[in-house]
Amino acid sequence: MNLDEYRRAARAWLRDNAPTGEPANEDAIPHAKDFMARLYDAGYSGITWPARWGGQGLTQAEERAFAAEARHFSLPTYVFSIGLGMTGPTLVDRGTDEQRARFVRPLLRGEEIWCQLFSEPGAGSDVAALQTRAVRDGDRWIINGQKVWTSVAQHADWGLLLARTDPEAPKHRGLTMFVVGMRDPGVTVRPLKDMTGRAHFNEVFFDDVAVPDAHRVGEVHDGWSVAVTTLLHERLSISSGVGMGRAKDDPTSLEALRRTADTGDPLVRDDLVELHIRTRALALFNQRLGQEAESGLFPGARGSAAKLLLAELTLFEADLATRLAGPSAVVGTGDGEGAGPLAHAISLAPAMSLGGGTNEIMRNIIGERVLGLPPGPRVDKTVPFKDLKVGTQG
Amino acid sequence: MRLVLTPEQRELREAVRSFLAAASPPAKARDGYDPAVHARLNGELGLSGLTVPEEYGGAGAGMAELAVALEETGAALLPGPFLATAFAALALTRAPDKELLAGVAEGRVAATLALPVVAGGLTARARSGGGVTVHGTLQQVLSAAEADVLLAALPGAPAGESVTDRPGESSGGEPDGLGESSGGGLVLVAVDLGGPGVRRVPLETLDLTRGQARVELDGAPARVLGPLGAEGAAAVADLVAVALAAEQLGVLRASLDAIVAYAKIRVTFGRFIGSYQGVKHKLADMHCKLEQAESIVRYAAWAADEDPAELPHAAALAQAYVGRACFEVARDHLLLYGGVGFTWEHDAHLFYKRAKADEVLLGPPRVHRARLAVLMEA
Repeated sequence: MNLDEYRRAARAWLRDNAPTGEPANEDAIPHAKDFMARLYDAGYSGITWPARWGGQGLTQAEERAFAAEARHFSLPTYVFSIGLGMTGPTLVDRGTDEQRARFVRPLLRGEEIWCQLFSEPGAGSDVAALQTRAVRDGDRWIINGQKVWTSVAQHADWGLLLARTDPEAPKHRGLTMFVVGMRDPGVTVRPLKDMTGRAHFNEVFFDDVAVPDAHRVGEVHDGWSVAVTTLLHERLSISSGVGMGRAKDDPTSLEALRRTADTGDPLVRDDLVELHIRTRALALFNQRLGQEAESGLFPGARGSAAKLLLAELTLFEADLATRLAGPSAVVGTGDGEGAGPLAHAISLAPAMSLGGGTNEIMRNIIGERVLGLPPGPRVDKTVPFKDLKVGTQG
Repeated sequence: MRLVLTPEQRELREAVRSFLAAASPPAKARDGYDPAVHARLNGELGLSGLTVPEEYGGAGAGMAELAVALEETGAALLPGPFLATAFAALALTRAPDKELLAGVAEGRVAATLALPVVAGGLTARARSGGGVTVHGTLQQVLSAAEADVLLAALPGAPAGESVTDRPGESSGGEPDGLGESSGGGLVLVAVDLGGPGVRRVPLETLDLTRGQARVELDGAPARVLGPLGAEGAAAVADLVAVALAAEQLGVLRASLDAIVAYAKIRVTFGRFIGSYQGVKHKLADMHCKLEQAESIVRYAAWAADEDPAELPHAAALAQAYVGRACFEVARDHLLLYGGVGFTWEHDAHLFYKRAKADEVLLGPPRVHRARLAVLMEA
């Protein structure tokens, strides 16, 4: 099947199968799982993933063709986005064959939901400063500690967890990666209300949670290199919008603003042109990264540039939408349904600049890994972790 | 849509880059135009004939290849009429002229193009024995002092004492009379800048590396190359915008490369300046502009070669984004040098000034944004 045929088939499938009407509630799990199973069975989940593990074994070209068609719909894939964008690719890259055989297909088919357990209250940008402990006990590990900012943990069956296994070693060298069962005894998930008023995230507590050694991903104490793989996939999936299912009725999009703003006003026109330029510039950059990946040039740290630009664009877009709308941007209609879509958008906008690495961290990565600039002086790389200051001090 | 270079295009880039690194590095740019370098560039590398069709002795390549070459000449701040000749060659694709195209392809003829493409201000009158004479003044013509030939788009049916009143004077089958060839639209004419009736006044320019001149035409003989039409003129303007964006991409990239290299060797307070986040983060933002600028230039070049319907939008986007990004990066690169960047001796100001001159070359930058606004409504 050539690419045009593929695209037409995808379009036809989406037209027949994508949900219509109001986007489903993010918590409508059975509905989402049902859709994901149909998506997988039709061959549109894991398009570029290895066929051996349940993917389709196709190229970025098909992936992009499908994504382009899917953009016209609001697919209920949000709850699977962590698995599809981050933990799944990590298992494909770094897992054992047993782990791939066990986890990848159910992940792609939406039978099992995944979350990612890296960040902690004392370890945000500086993830490697995390304090959650994993202590070996025969052929299993005992986990104790707390994670935070965990999207979809309340629905998750599995979590990819980074824990400290050697506090005597410098911080990057004493970490190990595990797959942990989110429904296992000792796991407590607590919703964390964010500034939008919704609970997009959770806090997750681990009290003597047992994990079999067979669920260790990568070597003991080599968890940081596995985490780097995950974080690279995270930035790529955020910047390319994989699984994020951007709503077609986004009130801050250029299309929406052209409908609602006075396009005869020269100042409005210039604002809209600026939004258009930035949107096109980033879209083309993402497309170029995709084409490079297709030709075998992995974007690596350059994905951080795409992520940073998307974060800035997201803020710009919501900010502009509210400024163009004026007073009505900040109120609802009195129907008890909240302060309205633009109020929600401007409240949500900072998330993209914080999640998946702050803009400052992105700039460090671009500076050091893309441009090759010297790192700042570090006091934390050689000191044993137990002697290091972490989190918020005095 | 293809946004990455082919292996052949990468080879072309390497060839131009290594040639210019030896023959015309940025440090040499302040010495101005070196006809010997220009001749070698066109002779050894055949660059001036890149977009000239093969039937006229050129390479018959597209905008994608021209963009690769212009990115490198921009990065080197190559002085002289190379860009102007590229503009003229793009105009000639719409009104092919064997003699000029062959001359450009062989590197014998340096040409320039009156900008904006629909410049106004010039009038043509029929000349006995064929052709026309051109009257009027062009206030600023790129590389006019160095170029041999000026191309200009003129109204085919000018008011007053024009050839349209005497169409019978045009000779032979050649479309050298305005009235016959134009159908009332624009025609492309060629003026020998070394010929009679032409006065060139070199202007003092901000950009020390490339000249502009006022061109006063007082009955200068001109050849009518063929009809351009409003649509053709608009297409030429778009191609010129894309070509300029490619040069700007090169200026942007070279500025960033230079300051990144400096940030790795310059020490203050016991540390390399590139290790300070105040510097590092600014460089990261500049890199983001480079990535987007390159993506837009590749897209615009692709549109120029493959998708005429997308070209107007792509060209306006290219100038609106890349022109600004180029100046901003050149500006920040100069600032990050500290005081030395403000000295005459340092090369930083050469990039800064080229970037500014390029940004306003095709009109006030707002025209590109205004054009985008109109195209968005279409």
